[in-house]
Amino acid sequence: MSELKKGVGPLFMDPDADNAREFFATKHLASRNKLMTATEAISQYVHDGDYLASGGFGTNRIATALLHEVVRQRRKNLGLAGHTMTHDFQILCAGECISHCDAAYIVGLEARGLSKNARRLIESGKMELCEWTNAALSWRLRAAAMGVSFIPARVMLGTDTFANSAAVEIECPFTGQKYAALPALYPDVALIHVHVASPSGNACIEGLTAADIDLASASKRVIISAERIVPEEDMRRRPHRTTIPSVVVDAVVEAPFGCYPGNMPYLYFSDEDHLREWLQAEEDPEVFKAFVEKYIYGTDYFYEYLDLCGGMRRMIQLRRKEYMVDGAACD
Amino acid sequence: MSDYNAMELMVVVAARSLPNAASVVVGTGAPCAAAMLAQKTHAPDLVVMFEAGGLGPKMRSAPVSVGDSHTFYHAIQASSMNTIMDACSRGCVDFAFLGAAQIDMFGNLNTTCIGDWKAPKTRFPGSGGGNDLASLCRHSIIMTPQDRRRFAAKLDFVTSPGYLTGKGAREAAGLPRGTGPHRVITNMAVMGYDDETCRMKVLSINEGHTREEVIENTGFELLFAEHLEVTKRPTKHELKILREEVDPTRVIIGR
Repeated sequence: MSELKKGVGPLFMDPDADNAREFFATKHLASRNKLMTATEAISQYVHDGDYLASGGFGTNRIATALLHEVVRQRRKNLGLAGHTMTHDFQILCAGECISHCDAAYIVGLEARGLSKNARRLIESGKMELCEWTNAALSWRLRAAAMGVSFIPARVMLGTDTFANSAAVEIECPFTGQKYAALPALYPDVALIHVHVASPSGNACIEGLTAADIDLASASKRVIISAERIVPEEDMRRRPHRTTIPSVVVDAVVEAPFGCYPGNMPYLYFSDEDHLREWLQAEEDPEVFKAFVEKYIYGTDYFYEYLDLCGGMRRMIQLRRKEYMVDGAACD
Repeated sequence: MSDYNAMELMVVVAARSLPNAASVVVGTGAPCAAAMLAQKTHAPDLVVMFEAGGLGPKMRSAPVSVGDSHTFYHAIQASSMNTIMDACSRGCVDFAFLGAAQIDMFGNLNTTCIGDWKAPKTRFPGSGGGNDLASLCRHSIIMTPQDRRRFAAKLDFVTSPGYLTGKGAREAAGLPRGTGPHRVITNMAVMGYDDETCRMKVLSINEGHTREEVIENTGFELLFAEHLEVTKRPTKHELKILREEVDPTRVIIGR
């Protein structure tokens, strides 16, 4: 058996399960009203230097309204789980909020191209990176959700991705098989956008859950933004609909169209034109500065951004696109 | 002059490589078109998966993101990333489509950076799910344009494993038995891998291209099949389905 290797990348977060248990023991499980504004939720639960994780996948079911607020409140030196991040990463880079990042998928917007601004930040060496893969970060969150300090996996082995990660090779005590040991990831705070939530934080996701069920359990603090707030009774009457239980949730924010310009399953499709505007604005740093000023710093609330982007007329167009309804656009 | 373009041929070749009732993880763009074409021709029971959790959709149109609503349209399940990655790790998934900025003779892939990793000339997204799928799925397939920069003698960064340094290297690294690169489908040729050396081997050359041209556009030494063939052209039926049903707006196959 060859020597067991060790990645040289930085381990940003403490994987110790007992330390995590000590924290989780302080969380109040009792059901209470956690409704607040995005402004309140971010100011109360996201601090400079925190390690942040954001839900959804790519441009889909992302917590745009909360992410804008992080930028608006000028949070700095954040750590980030760069897990299938596209437009969400682009937003945080617009505010230069991130100083270190566990990178599985960053910088790109899938087939739409690469974010010039995010690339500038990374290529200038302003962000410390540790390499991972999408499955590795998902499984690191699962390890944390399980309350253990690592999880074995059969990915990353033999590559530079492993060499520049904080993973360690181990041998299975039963079979001798070589595995990558992935350290548990307990983020300080998770931002997760959902379809429906009750005031206590019982949350329902429709469509893909990406890694969000584990993310909600693994994170020390969880901020939920929801398209719609419903009475407690509605969730309790059909508890099988609860994807994320209130016991892990700290704050609930009502944010209709809160994933725009992303795709919210069954409600509205992504605004490809506006996403293209972001990429185009990033071509020139001065133009992009004005762009971010107009859309984020210059607005007090997320709905002002929605208004700047075409308001209800645009939202209804995107809703028709999501329903895959053919025919004329709305008035 | 042929009655199809290079991208149409690539999609058709990729579609044909997917047998009925197989399982495949796809991304957006050409791989997705290939899976849709396979479903609509010889492989109606092909199980298509997307890494964000889309499991077994009956796709109406091509997605823009591997997590958007199209990826679970009329699906078996709108699941999670772990559901898909666990299935790959259990050995349930036959094929995966991957892309890369660089590929070497053993099918190792770079999607992380050009230049030194610490101070990259260009930073790309990184592994995403690429390393996971390349590690865990039985066969990986690459669709890419062929040129010397992309087909590199040495990668700037090995993001995802091909056959690593050659025969037996994957197993020695701890990767699952019976997995590895399967096909490279380009605008010029279709390549596989030599059983003994695990090196890239040209199986067929596309109409209108030559062996010399393929060599010229590759930064490492290629092997050639003993009976080098001309890539089988698309049938009228395949082209009709591809153009009218899979990609009617020609976003993927171009004009």
